[in-house]
Amino acid sequence: MADQLPDSTDAAHTADRSNKPSLSLHVPEPKYRPGDTADFSHIDIGEAGGMPRPDEASDPAQMTDFAYGLVRVLGEDNQAHGAWNPKLPGDTLRKMLGYMALVRAFDERMFRGQRQGKTSFYMKCTGEEATSVAAGMALASDDMVFPSYRQQGILIARDYPLVDMINQIYSNKADKLKGRQLPIMYSARDYNFFSISGNLATQLPQAVGWAMASAIKNDSRIAATWVGEGSTAEGDFHSACTFATVYNAPVILNVINNQWAISSFSGFAGAERTTFAARALGYGLAGLRVDGNDALAVFAAQQWAANRARSNSGPTLIEYFTYRAEGHSTSDDPSGYRSAQEREEWPLGDPITRLKDHLIAIGEWDEDRQAAMDKECAERVKAATKEAEKNGILGHGLHHPFRTMFEDVFEDLPWHLQEQAAQAIREREIKWPDSHPKDGAGK
Amino acid sequence: MSDSQTRTGPSAAAASSEENPERRLNMIDAINDALDIMLARDSDVIVMGEDVGYFGGVFRATAGLQEKHGKTRVFDTPISECGIIGVAVGMGAYGLRPVPEIQFADYIYPGLDQLVSEAARLRYRSATEFIAPMTVRSPFGGGIFGGQTHSQSPEAMFTHVSGLKTVIPATPYDAKGLLIASIEDNDPVIFFEPKRIYNGPFSGFYDKPVEPWKKHKDSVVPEGYYRIELGKARHVTQGDALTVLAYGTMVHVAEAVCADKGIKADILDLRTLVPLDIEAIEASVEKTGRCLIVHEATRTSGFGAELSALVTERCFYHLEAPVERVTGFDTPYPHSLEWAYFPGPVRIGEAIDKILKD
Ligand SMILES: Cc1ncc(C[n+]2csc(CCOP(=O)(O)OP(=O)(O)O)c2C)c(N)n1
Ligand SMILES: [Mg+2]
Repeated sequence: MADQLPDSTDAAHTADRSNKPSLSLHVPEPKYRPGDTADFSHIDIGEAGGMPRPDEASDPAQMTDFAYGLVRVLGEDNQAHGAWNPKLPGDTLRKMLGYMALVRAFDERMFRGQRQGKTSFYMKCTGEEATSVAAGMALASDDMVFPSYRQQGILIARDYPLVDMINQIYSNKADKLKGRQLPIMYSARDYNFFSISGNLATQLPQAVGWAMASAIKNDSRIAATWVGEGSTAEGDFHSACTFATVYNAPVILNVINNQWAISSFSGFAGAERTTFAARALGYGLAGLRVDGNDALAVFAAQQWAANRARSNSGPTLIEYFTYRAEGHSTSDDPSGYRSAQEREEWPLGDPITRLKDHLIAIGEWDEDRQAAMDKECAERVKAATKEAEKNGILGHGLHHPFRTMFEDVFEDLPWHLQEQAAQAIREREIKWPDSHPKDGAGK
Repeated sequence: MSDSQTRTGPSAAAASSEENPERRLNMIDAINDALDIMLARDSDVIVMGEDVGYFGGVFRATAGLQEKHGKTRVFDTPISECGIIGVAVGMGAYGLRPVPEIQFADYIYPGLDQLVSEAARLRYRSATEFIAPMTVRSPFGGGIFGGQTHSQSPEAMFTHVSGLKTVIPATPYDAKGLLIASIEDNDPVIFFEPKRIYNGPFSGFYDKPVEPWKKHKDSVVPEGYYRIELGKARHVTQGDALTVLAYGTMVHVAEAVCADKGIKADILDLRTLVPLDIEAIEASVEKTGRCLIVHEATRTSGFGAELSALVTERCFYHLEAPVERVTGFDTPYPHSLEWAYFPGPVRIGEAIDKILKD
């Protein structure tokens, strides 16, 4: 069979290249693997306050520096610096800190719940809380967000009930998504939070489309979307950037560069050559590269982009530079592919610690209040967990009735789904007669 | 179906195997073994995909291969299924034999244009100037609480496309031999791996303890190179009561149900959907006069519809009962109601009763 294969070395007009080196394939390799000492001193993080803040209506061609620099506000001295300082009041800063702490407490407990067998799957956003909480807070509550699976912080910052999140995670009888979706694939229309897909990057063109619709209807609402740096390799990213620039859509494309995509480092999405923010340049989008662990910088950048979009000045692509401090999900063990030391060595620190230290430095907070807040967060999550558990945990019978499996495939129930629903209910009576404890939900 | 093509146990492969005929592997290790052998035998074989390189794949199917064969033979790719399949077409045009992995079958759709419009038609449209000798490996099927994006069985989308072969193994022994034959095939092959049975066969009785492969006769995987021709079904059990056509996970479920009911069924594991072993199907249905088709995929336009049409067209005068199909429901794969969705023993049992009624 090999003789059927075309053999390019037989080409008739091969030039003489005998004095040239042969070609070789470059395959990216991260700097550190398990057991290595991590050292991030090669990463240029610039200075807090070092970047100017351009006018929100700036021409993207005049903004190239912002795609390569790093917008930072919080300095080593825990003070806010420079033109990007959003100058938020103490109350707002405390609220931001509180939401981030709540997200972390929530993640801790849900992760443990999965380990205890209460559900099948969970994903934390540890170390990345600012990129959803602070960014979410910079938008209006009626702006539409199209998140990936790691933006639980937006729901929490929009005061979505924790119990409803946990019901979804447990796939129980109170789950608003009727037990259909994998845990954390939330949907919350009332909170202007789009249904999360398991298929990466699909939300990007969708966000652009929502923004185009808002513009078609002369509305004032904008759309924002989030995607991991690894997922920018998908074609949907290109489609989104192209449509955004062609129609000058009122949209913000947030790329969360947490350095890793499961076991693949950002180099497999092109980070060895350029930044993710620099992708904006080729499309004519405004591009900003921002310290994702600096809640004030995150807020300020999102606010800049929101003002720009809302005033018809154009879309923005923001790269939030951060670090995925834990495993990809409950199915992942990062000790198999990266240095355990990376987290400690990460030059941009932890977003919660940094905001806390800032609040303390400006006299708006202290360690006692922090400890009390952490305790309160843990208790709130615990109470919500207890409440949700009354509605059941995965695999213990308290699910939605079988018939709901067939609903919402279409608006109505065509004959074939009616027949299949009858089949499922008949099977249930055989498999789990009424006395059986496995079935708490009836038909 | 001649005897040399029918296999009821691993002994049929002994001729092409080397020492250690009792080596037992699970399906992941058998796939890894096939890739390892092909990487060593043929320097044109390339293994690539999301997380397959250093880490060895999210299901560990490529574990150790990069270290052994080098970074330009086994490597990670950007998260772009369109790119993965597209570059595989280009590599094939050069003369390589790429074996891309799509992390989950549910994520193959961004690569559809490259598969359907390009890989599948390249031989035809270039009148054989160019071919696309790639094997796209991908875990598929449910039963692991993966929700709707880690559970799908989209095989019929590919069998519908002219120019693609579709292969689905059901045992470690077959996984290795079929994968080697797929890699050696000069046409694009979709190789769907039933992830529910990666680590052990599955009877469909999900509340019973998981059986490891090592207790199953078809986990004996000889060392070294052997191939199982594409297009040949496997007799799982012989019997006169009815014919059962199945593939992947459902082979084991059907076998367990028939054993449970004490029914002597002629169970065929199709192994290759395109090209299909029509001779084996005809011979069996002519013998039994009754036919049950089982797959996990949704029902409407599923591969069962094709099988049902073929059996009806070609064996009509031998049929003593209408052909029955047992399938997944026509809904996305639900998370919490996974076992209500799965075409398990009750659904299969009812269909068997119906077929055998008169
Ligand atoms: C289309 C598609 N391909 C592959 C996957 C499998 N997958 C899930 S998450 C993931 C990594 C994504 O990494 P990144 O975009 O960096 O986001 P992060 O997890 O770091 O937040 C992969 C490959 C998927 N869900 N969808
Ligand atoms: Mg990432």
